[in-house]
Amino acid sequence: MELTSPTDFAKDIVQSVQDYSLLAGRSLANLFRHPRYFADMIQQADLIGVGSLPIVVLTGTFTGAVLALNSAHTLERFGSLSLIGQLVSVGMVTELGPVLTGLMVAGRNSSGMASEIGSMVVTEQIDAMRALGTDPTKKLVTPRVISTVFMLFFLTIISDFVGLVGGGIVATLMFRIDAHQYWSSAWQVLVFQDVFTGLMKPVLFGFIIATVGCYYGISARGGTQGVGRATTQAVVASSVLIIAVDFFATRLILSVFGYR
Amino acid sequence: MAAPPTAVESSLRTAEQRQSAVIVFEDVSIAFESNSVLNGISFQLNRGETKAIFGIAGAGKSTILKLAMGLVKPDSGRIYVLGEDVTTMSEEALFELRRNIGIVFQESALFDSLTVRENVAFRLMEEHDVSDEEIERRVREALSFVELEHTVDMFPSELSGGMRRRVAIARAIITHPEILLYDSPTGGLDPVTSTTIIQLIVKQRDVFKTSSLLVTHRLQDAFIMASHYFDRNTNEMRPLPRGARGEVPMTFLVLREGKIIFDGDAHELAHSKDEYIREYIS
Repeated sequence: MELTSPTDFAKDIVQSVQDYSLLAGRSLANLFRHPRYFADMIQQADLIGVGSLPIVVLTGTFTGAVLALNSAHTLERFGSLSLIGQLVSVGMVTELGPVLTGLMVAGRNSSGMASEIGSMVVTEQIDAMRALGTDPTKKLVTPRVISTVFMLFFLTIISDFVGLVGGGIVATLMFRIDAHQYWSSAWQVLVFQDVFTGLMKPVLFGFIIATVGCYYGISARGGTQGVGRATTQAVVASSVLIIAVDFFATRLILSVFGYR
Repeated sequence: MAAPPTAVESSLRTAEQRQSAVIVFEDVSIAFESNSVLNGISFQLNRGETKAIFGIAGAGKSTILKLAMGLVKPDSGRIYVLGEDVTTMSEEALFELRRNIGIVFQESALFDSLTVRENVAFRLMEEHDVSDEEIERRVREALSFVELEHTVDMFPSELSGGMRRRVAIARAIITHPEILLYDSPTGGLDPVTSTTIIQLIVKQRDVFKTSSLLVTHRLQDAFIMASHYFDRNTNEMRPLPRGARGEVPMTFLVLREGKIIFDGDAHELAHSKDEYIREYIS
């Protein structure tokens, strides 16, 4: 295996960051340029949104249920079992709903975008598209970015809701908490800051998932092996970025709104 | 003896040459990482001319086509296509220019998630101002030219290699471009299918007289093109009478180690004294 010098390695990283930033910027700038591919956006929204619905519902439900299960044991020791709804609600809406939905969609769609676009690169379909007078960033990247941002927003809301349902099932069936009390405390504890945090994050995560997936797809080199590598890198990079951005976004929101 | 041309006269002559030519390469060099592929090559493709580019694998034949399309930029030199300097154009401006150029890629590069109809109509559908009836009519016309009308609803994966090349030709010619670029259109095909593809290229050349660059490593393909014409009455390719030249000028360009070692017609190529060329054509 050929060794890369530290200088070349650093140059490659800077080049990758630059290329990614340009692609991400262009994907948004294309919104203000003709032509706009609405049909492709709807098709992608169906693939990303409807296609991801089963895994998001399952993940959300079981996460809410396990959150209720774990917190119930601790709350029981302090005789505060009635607070279970509040814990599940704040946990799901501000953190677990957006992050887990983001990670699920990243695993499913970031890899899908990288492999689909990567295959098009290695079979010269992207070159053919450019040769036929069509901008691949307009036709392929922008519809995926817009659809992912839009659908992840709603998938997160669904995930939050089914998480609360899962938590509610555990609280009522296993810990005999009144369903009305559970839902009232879950609803009343939420403040604007929680809802804003929970709905801002999927917008950022959706943008990361689509741009990272498309970037690794467009950068794919080296035949089918290169496509496989791009797919893995897309999932790893988008997942790590989601978790890192989650920390910084939470920190930013807390500094703007202050702690609860 | 006439006085040598002044700088102004030379520049005017160069401008005139560029106008008569559809593609002009001026001292073009390109390297990928540390590997020099083309090293200061200059040639031009005149309007209505067909030029076949030869060279061994890795000689930079396909790179010439990608440079002409503006898909890659040279490290140095100028490339003029239809009078425009593609080396300085933005990608957005290049999209407009490329609408006048058709290209057939080495492995066809058909969009595998689209049907044959959608592949062939891709360029028209992207123009957004052509009616569905007009698109259907032109798709049928292009597919009938390559005799593949029956494949209109099939996907590329359902076609043979030769059929995919023919669909790629239909996609390239649907807008009747001013320039056609063929990247090894017969590569990897059996002799019978190769002849079918060459017959289609000859038909396109003689019927529409489109300026073309043809990249190939199969010398026999280019010699067939130089020695045959398309008979519209019989709808077949026929050999030219001995000593006769075709309606459309056909020239050859040979690449070796990043440089052009030959640029001339079939007669000059056959009588070249260059050892490498003699070995190549033998």
